Amino acid sequence: MTTTTTTPAGPPSPAGLRGHPVDLSGRSRPGEAVIRAGLFAAALVSVLTTVGIVIALLRPAVEFFRDVPVWEFLGGTRWAPHDSGNPDFGVWPLVSATLVITVVALVVAVPLGLGAAMYLSEYASPKMRRRLKPIVELLAGVPSVVYGFFALTFVTPNLLQKVLHIDVGFTNALAAGLVLGVMIIPTIASLSEDALFAVPLSLRQGSFAMGANRMQTTLRVVLPAAMSGVAAAVILGLSRAVGETMIVALAAGSRPHLSLDPREGMQAMTGYIASTAGGENPVGSTSYNTLFAVGLLLFVITLIINIISIALVRRYRQEY
Amino acid sequence: MAAYAETAAKTVLATAGRDRDRTVKSLVFLGLLWFSLFFGVLVLVALIVSTALEGAPRFDSDLITRYSSTLSPERTGFRAGILGSLMVILVTAAMSVPIGIAAALHLEEFANKDRWYNRFIEVNLQNLAAVPSVVYGLLAVAFVTLMGIHQRGLVISGAVALSLLILPVIIITTREAVRAVPREIRDGSMALGATRWQTTWKQTLPSAVPGIATGTILGLSRAIGEAAPLLIIGTATAIRFDPNGLMSQFTALPLEIYSTTSQSREDFRVAAAAAIIVLLVMILALNGLAIFIRNKFQRSW
Repeated sequence: MTTTTTTPAGPPSPAGLRGHPVDLSGRSRPGEAVIRAGLFAAALVSVLTTVGIVIALLRPAVEFFRDVPVWEFLGGTRWAPHDSGNPDFGVWPLVSATLVITVVALVVAVPLGLGAAMYLSEYASPKMRRRLKPIVELLAGVPSVVYGFFALTFVTPNLLQKVLHIDVGFTNALAAGLVLGVMIIPTIASLSEDALFAVPLSLRQGSFAMGANRMQTTLRVVLPAAMSGVAAAVILGLSRAVGETMIVALAAGSRPHLSLDPREGMQAMTGYIASTAGGENPVGSTSYNTLFAVGLLLFVITLIINIISIALVRRYRQEY
Repeated sequence: MAAYAETAAKTVLATAGRDRDRTVKSLVFLGLLWFSLFFGVLVLVALIVSTALEGAPRFDSDLITRYSSTLSPERTGFRAGILGSLMVILVTAAMSVPIGIAAALHLEEFANKDRWYNRFIEVNLQNLAAVPSVVYGLLAVAFVTLMGIHQRGLVISGAVALSLLILPVIIITTREAVRAVPREIRDGSMALGATRWQTTWKQTLPSAVPGIATGTILGLSRAIGEAAPLLIIGTATAIRFDPNGLMSQFTALPLEIYSTTSQSREDFRVAAAAAIIVLLVMILALNGLAIFIRNKFQRSW
């Protein structure tokens, strides 16, 4: 990295070769077409995965919607699929629980993730940046089941009940959301740091020349300029929070119940999938197929969120 | 390089605004930034200390040599889970690493980025990296059923779920490692008459191996801590034998931690805390290996 190179490092892909006068590669040897086809096939595995997910979720879900009308699923407010006497399949209690937990998580993760990103991008020297970044990312390396245990055995009894004197049950959405927020800090921090760092230097220079200090420059010039990238980071963090399973399965509760009060125990979408998959519902029954209906809803929600995030990242990459 | 000059200029600039940074407001702001940077460390310390204290009575050899036991919770062990996790991770690596590297090589070295299908593969990969892990569990259930395997909770099902889960991670990190290999190495090889595949196989790939190894190990360390997809494929938790093949039933350490935590008796909770420390040590060892490989073998051109 210390030497100055005239040609950029990069692959000799046909697209990359455009600025290059000649294609130096020798004539293909027999058999190489097979290898290249094999590599292409490997890349196709990722597409097949997506197709597989859609088929795997759709088939049982369609079967489920033959028994339970779609509007009953999407509009109902009582979720009791295993109640053999009076089953109800209204998904709202699960969705609202996911929503409550996700909001709590974002309240924790957005300020802390952004704060860490602003320090790394705007205040830290390159050397500090290299050293501090792995520290922030350590949090992402802890398995979610460990976070779940922590929420259940430390955050709820010690932090919430003893220190803050909040009246919460053994399982509650608040503890799950707080710990989930900690888990997604690295996602938000590292992506928004990329976005902040990509803001051109000239904007900062202009701001300093007008007599602004670093706080004013960071908050009023760099942050607004990086907004689409920061938004993408927050949205990706949101997607992680919605899809996270083990924390909510352990700490949020296992009773589906429509409420917006984070102090109560409630069952989120992923929590329901985890508890039902581990249970003994006969494969193919309507109560087993609920797994795939909820899974499909979860997949669609995260897909929409991810697409928005990918589009936003693309926008800030184009801007600068 | 331009990026280098830019960071250097930024350092100069960072000191430029400093003399105006002494107002109370901006000092408070800086304090808050420091707090958010080290908040994570605080949480980690609290997590590790509280778990280690809780699990301290169970740091004995029973913890790793005995199977789980509901009759004597004070002597319950995680042997099946530890061996199951190691086994499933090995199979996962054997399946996902070759496919991941091949896919990355296609995308970096051979794909024509103007083609719609290659662009589609890229967007698809970005999305897959953010698909919830439970969904991979549901996919694996459908996949092995399609293969004609109806028994639940086998090593092969777990490995399929985890492979698909970490494939995007492996592809993305491998691409970064391959992209970092300078153009001159490829040009030199091809100037001597090598074909593009020979160049990739004999020059580019070997130069990128340290980066690929680091990324792969980090992906595997994520997989070893995953419990959700394994729960979905119906992995049992009360397993009292060692896994002995692809078609063998197994359990995994994170899953045993989950089921042990869900038990109400105090002894189980203590055992779960001790098992968490074992899991964290396993993950730390994998990460340490990745850092060692990076420091020892990574070259900068």
